[in-house]
Amino acid sequence: MEKTLQGQAVLLGKNIDTDQIYPGRYLALVNPKDVGAHCLEGVDEAIRKKAPGNILVAGTNFGCGSSREHAVIALLNAGVRAVVAESFARIFFRNAINLALPVLICPKATRLIAPDDELRIDLRTGKIQNLTQGTELSSEPLGEHILRIVEAGGIKPLIRKKLGKES
Amino acid sequence: MHALEKIMAKAAGKAQVSAGEIVTAKIDFAEINDLYLQTIYSFYEMGGEYVWDKDRVAFVFDHYAPCPTIESARNHAEMRAFAQKNHLTYHFDISCGVCHQVMPERGVVYPGMIVIATDSHTTTHGAFGALGTGVGATDMASILITGELWMRVPEIIRVRLEGTPPAGVYAKDVILNIIGRLKADGAVYKGVEFTGSYVDALGVSERMVLCNMALEMGAKTAYIQPNQQVLDYVSARAVRPFEVETTDPGFHYAEEHVFELDKLTPQLAFPSSVDNVHPLEKGIGVKIDQGFIGTCTGGRVEDIAVAAEILRGRKIADWVRFIVIPASREVMRVCIERHYIQDLIDAGATIASPGCGPCLGAHEGVLAAGEVCITASNRNFPGRMGSTDSKLYLASPAAVAASVLKGSIADPREFLGGRA
Repeated sequence: MEKTLQGQAVLLGKNIDTDQIYPGRYLALVNPKDVGAHCLEGVDEAIRKKAPGNILVAGTNFGCGSSREHAVIALLNAGVRAVVAESFARIFFRNAINLALPVLICPKATRLIAPDDELRIDLRTGKIQNLTQGTELSSEPLGEHILRIVEAGGIKPLIRKKLGKES
Repeated sequence: MHALEKIMAKAAGKAQVSAGEIVTAKIDFAEINDLYLQTIYSFYEMGGEYVWDKDRVAFVFDHYAPCPTIESARNHAEMRAFAQKNHLTYHFDISCGVCHQVMPERGVVYPGMIVIATDSHTTTHGAFGALGTGVGATDMASILITGELWMRVPEIIRVRLEGTPPAGVYAKDVILNIIGRLKADGAVYKGVEFTGSYVDALGVSERMVLCNMALEMGAKTAYIQPNQQVLDYVSARAVRPFEVETTDPGFHYAEEHVFELDKLTPQLAFPSSVDNVHPLEKGIGVKIDQGFIGTCTGGRVEDIAVAAEILRGRKIADWVRFIVIPASREVMRVCIERHYIQDLIDAGATIASPGCGPCLGAHEGVLAAGEVCITASNRNFPGRMGSTDSKLYLASPAAVAASVLKGSIADPREFLGGRA
């Protein structure tokens, strides 16, 4: 995983559910590129176009609803760099950590970040620099256990290592 | 400790656990539904060869039962091959029903266990005194390899439900009312326990409704202390011996909320979030195109029985579709024996085979742009059941039945307890 990320903020509201991130009618797809093609199809078209290469900034409970890992696979394959949210729904958060999609919990994110603000994120420290406004935000520490998964590049390399397979 | 903490401690081989702690827990049963072929891909990507225990893993084919597309048929075929290769003891193919109904019916869910499924509504199994929670495909793959899952011990919220709701008000109304007050993020990462005089006497079906929809507040898991009805249900079915855990007196809950139910009225979640809840009377008269009774929330015998009671000898409104999908083969069989299915067909219902149906917009009744549906299911997110320009109202099965009769959202109390 890259240690620093930069992109423009794409602002979303609270309770963005996984049906909006990845509609249920595409759940039979398994090719990651095909999954990525339907990313954010349940939200505003302008947001969907803006997301690739940028950073989603959302209110509370991002990723609520269905357990579908497709939501994270879609964001990764659509080129979303990271998600900064005031809080995450549990299963989405686990899925993101497992697949190494950078997720940062930042309780005041939507109040301190405006649409199109240029953000730089340091994944090691969890600091989010708002280059447009000249401010810096902190995100909540992930904790030792989760950090270990993140630093391994996700759960897959970690399990492979545990099984004695090459990493 | 709380009963849920005792379950986690036992599974982690520890004497004691407390909120916030991360434990590695042994999993008693792991279930993969048919949306998650990725589980098998992740399993092999991580170097998996065979599942850790063939008696503790099952696929349930419920979201595409039977398959509507070539892609979903391919997913089923690959999953069947994996199940065969691993000689899985249990396999629930398209004839069985929704995973959260099928697993307890077949006795693989029982008190004191941890059940993990690739489905968010796995909280349902708190109704049986089990710890149930959902995971994604890759977490599931890691369970299939190791038999374990890392879990954070959750803080626990007590929701105390007191009194008896009036006739025509059901467990679905109770949980909608709770979600409307505590909101969609009211229990994120927490355990939710339901207690109180209402819950003490509550049957299995209603307990499942409460625990099922606790997820819609973000809950990691839900719990209700088993009563005699639950013990009778699981004792007749459980495939393993089990032990009921109980919460120690004086356990400190993170939050407590009390709901007095004596005067509760039918509830309705308006589009397009589950916490947009108001008394149903606010929605009366909203024209509908479709009604749906089914799913892990509202497709049990009791749900179909009340619909049959309301619709027996009557006809649904012109230009309205009414889809009824029993949650399982067992539910369907009982409903056929009791003549409910015949009554509903005569009233104009469309019956589909047990499974999730249109709940997640896969098939069997998806909505066009501009259409409105009242549903006994659990989510009304934008586009959940089809077009993002369709609208979903969540209500009790009785309210759905009353509404298809009128062609617009209606109060079930008008049609219950004697006929005008």
